[in-house]
This record gives sequence, C-alpha cells and structure tokens, in this order.
Amino acid sequence: MQTKRSTYQNRWLPFFLLAPQLIITLVFFIWPASQAVKSSFERTDAFGFNTTFVGLANYTRVLADPSYLNALGRTAIFSVSVTLLSMSLALLMAVCVNRVLKSAKFYTTLLVWPYAVAPVVAGVLWWFLFNPTIGLLPHLLDWFGIHWNHRVSGSQAMILITIAAAWKQISYNFLFFLAGLQSVPHSLIEAAAIDGATPFKRFWSIVFPLLSPTTFFLLIININYVMFDTFGVIDATTGGGPGQATMTLVYKVYTDGVAGLNIGSSSAQSVLLMAIVIVLTFIQFRYVERRVNY
Amino acid sequence: MVENRPFLNILTHLVLILGVLVVAFPVYVAFIASTHEPGAFVRGVMPLLPGENMWATYSQMLGSGWQVAGAPPVWLMLANSTIMALTIAIGKIAISILSAFAIVYFRFPFRMLAFWIIFITLMLPVEVRIIPTYAVVADLGMLNSYAGLTLPLIASATATFLFRQFFMTVPEELMEASRVDGAGPMKFFKDILLPVSITNIAALFVIMFIYGWVQYLWPLLVTTDEDFYTIVLGIKRLMASSDRVPAWNLIMATVTLAMVPPVLVVLLMQKLFVKGLTETEK
Repeated sequence: MQTKRSTYQNRWLPFFLLAPQLIITLVFFIWPASQAVKSSFERTDAFGFNTTFVGLANYTRVLADPSYLNALGRTAIFSVSVTLLSMSLALLMAVCVNRVLKSAKFYTTLLVWPYAVAPVVAGVLWWFLFNPTIGLLPHLLDWFGIHWNHRVSGSQAMILITIAAAWKQISYNFLFFLAGLQSVPHSLIEAAAIDGATPFKRFWSIVFPLLSPTTFFLLIININYVMFDTFGVIDATTGGGPGQATMTLVYKVYTDGVAGLNIGSSSAQSVLLMAIVIVLTFIQFRYVERRVNY
Repeated sequence: MVENRPFLNILTHLVLILGVLVVAFPVYVAFIASTHEPGAFVRGVMPLLPGENMWATYSQMLGSGWQVAGAPPVWLMLANSTIMALTIAIGKIAISILSAFAIVYFRFPFRMLAFWIIFITLMLPVEVRIIPTYAVVADLGMLNSYAGLTLPLIASATATFLFRQFFMTVPEELMEASRVDGAGPMKFFKDILLPVSITNIAALFVIMFIYGWVQYLWPLLVTTDEDFYTIVLGIKRLMASSDRVPAWNLIMATVTLAMVPPVLVVLLMQKLFVKGLTETEK
C-alpha cells in the first residue's frame, strides 16, 4: 500500500493520530468479536456459574436445528425478493428519469428521500397501510376476494416485510442506476438508432449489458442490506411471526441471545453471520478492483 | 434524446409520476392520520383527507408526550436522536480523517497492521456482534449514556478509505511547499489538508448523520432509561402499547416528526448527499 512520495518523519505522532480509531476498533469491534468466537465453543449452565468448553457442539446443534435452517432459507428468499423488487423498480425509474432531460432533477429529488427514512419507520408505514382492521390495502384486496391478515398468514407477513424493505431501498438503487445510465456512451445509442433498433431493443442489447457492473455491485449491496439492516422493519411489523414465518438470521441471533439468553447458540450464529459478511465483503472488493481496470 | 417519440415521452412521464406517487403514498397516509382525532380510526377504512386535529396532536406529542405509553415527550427524543446522529457523524469523520492522515503521510512500523485492524471493522457490523458488544458496554458502565449509544458505532473503515483515496489525489507539491515554508505535519493538516477536504467532509457528514439517525437495534439494547430514547426507538415503544389503545394519530405524528430531520438533510443537501453516497459506496 502506498504513501506519499515524501513523508513526514516522526516517531510518535502517527501512533497518536491513529490511537482514537484503533482504541475504539479494538474495544468495540475486535474484542467483542473474539468473545463471540470464544463463547461459540462454550456452554454456560442455567445459572451462569460454570462455563465448559464444548468444541463444535454449538455449531453442530445450530446447523442441525430445523428452525435455524428454516431461517436460513427464509433469509435467502427474503433477500432475493427484496433485491429483485427494489432493483427492478429502481431501474425502471432510472431509465425514465434518464429519458426526460429537462425534469430529471425534479423527479430525482422526489425519488431519493426515502433513503433517509429509518427501517423501523418504513416498517410502521406499511404496517399501517396493511392494518387488517382499518388499513386501506386490505380493503382494496377485499374487492378481489383476498382476505388480508398478516397476523395470521405467514406468507402475507413475508409480503409485508418484503414491500416495506424494498420501498426503502428503491432510492439507493435508483441513484446508482442513474449514475450508471448517464455513463453509457451516447454514440452507441445513436448508432443503434440509425440502424433502426427500437428503444426497447436498444435498452436490452446495449444499455443493460453495459450496466452490468452497476447491477452486480447493487446485488451485493442489497443482499447485505436485506440480511443486516432489515432488523428494524421486522421488529416493527411482525416481530418474527406469525409463528416463525418472518424470522431471519439476524432476528434469530437477537431473539435467541437477548430474549432467550442462549449465549452459546447465539454466538455460534453470530460467527456464522460474520462468515457471510466476510464472503460478501470479499466479493465486493474483488468487484471494486475489477471496476478500476474497467 | 436520440429521436422524438411523443407517445414514449408521455408514457415516461406517466410512469415517473406513478412511481413518485407510490413512493410518497405511505408517508402521505401517515401524515393524514396524524391530523385526525383518535375516533377516526375506530371503524371503517383509514381517512385519506386531512382532519382538523393536527395542532392538538403535534403540540401534545412535542410537549408532554403520551404518558399512557410510557414514552417521553417527542422533543426530548428528537434531541436525543440529534445528539446521537451528530456525535456519530462528527466522531466518525474526526477519527477517520486523523487515521487516514497518519496512514498516507507517515511511514512508521506496524502501518499495515493498523490498516488491517481498521479494515476488519467492515466485516463486523453491530448486528453480528450484538451480545458481546453489549457486554463490553455494560462492563464499562456505559449503558444508558450517550457514550454507550455512540462509541460502538463510531469506528468506520469506509470513512478512513474515502479520506485515504482523497489524500492520495492531493498534489504532492502542497505538502512539499508547506514543508519548505517550515510548517510541521499538524500545521499542514490544519491549514492545508482540512480546507481542501471540506467538500468530502460535508458529503460524508450527510451520509453519516442519516446513518446515526436511523439506528435502531443498538439503542434498543443499550437504553432502558426513557430519558435516552431516540425517536426511532420511541416509535416502537408507542406501538408496543397500541394493541390496547390504538392511538394512530399520536403514533403517526411521531412517525412524521421522526422523518422530517433526516429527509430535510437529504433534500437540502442533495448534491452532497449524492456525492457522499456514491463515493462511500456503502
């Protein structure tokens, strides 16, 4: 890793400058993470007096637990649906904004603000709209013969959190797609237009392939978002229920560890989550490096 | 535009207007709900046109709060959120710019080690280290304090990377010239590096302010004393009691007030916001 061509010579100053960040990182990141790894190999008795080393027992138990495996599968489905829903709507909006030159800034302003809405608030907003007693959407759905009650139906609860989580993420995806679209060379589009390609065909055979670095980057970011930042959405709307129908991995770490006080199992789950984050971060950085050469 | 297609232009605008309306609709409904009396939600469908109870609701929530639900007044929660968001934003920027300065402008032993320790924080979001971090904060006696709310969220690899990237593009001549003029490293940092970084600092500030404002899981764990409730946490507490007393107007007034500050930050500083978002890339 490079520094400047000429650097300052000073024995203590650099350590002094790094100290605040390093101390906070060590105390609040590295130490707790190592504690999580440590207690994932231990079992504490019900009174918290005795801690014994149990090897991989916590892991084997977690990985054999049907409720954990269900949460894993559910998290995967949730991630894919939120990512697809918010990315496709965001792409549609970005393509449209990219077409209207004069009012592009106006529409952009009206589309970016949900980024600033907290996930909990996004959850509450949609929870209110879908309220089974007075909500507007259940009334509309009634006309189509659909009886909406996400407190009873697991799949409806899943739809609710998917919509709320996707709604919040549209603005982020929109901004990146718009930036991607604006960097597509105009000459390519014109050449295709002269050859008689319709706007629809031009989009699918030229613009969309050129957007693939942006799309790939957003896929990773969105999966990351759905896995970790949707805790608030779920806690505000369904609380993991009904039954365990909306229990994601992060929500399960929380319920098992904080509410259930099962530290060993919760730590093992935390370590597995860390592994997932490390893989996602690694993919993301590989991508960033590739894009520099692009 | 490559060619003129009137029909497609109209369609584009229609799609955009529809999109804007769909995005705004939940917030509109929440705001409308906050302007009605509690009785409006007893039966039937939720109202879609403004009511007349707006001032009463908002002054009640901002002033005394909703005692039954055990939530403090909204102004206190807004103040807590502001303190938390500002501390996190300023703290992140301060510690990251100092460490990036050290990494770029000095050569010293363990430089790579320091870089890797900072890098690792990317892989440890608070959600994956909930319980042990809580234990550390409890051991340090920082539960129910602003320090406990903010410090564990303040280290940021992304901000350090951003400043490092930016410092690498600052012309070498600036530093060499200042050295010829006899300025030491801290004088160079204060009088030259900080002023040229000001746009980056502002862009990062917008992103980090929002990051701090929308935090939920962490405040949920470390604050049990309602004097430290943030507004986002307060909404959840209000809802928890709403199964008994569905005071939708009060909840939705709080929701509206919780959205106003960060949304204003995004709208008023849109240019900096977009710059911050696309450059931190996370």
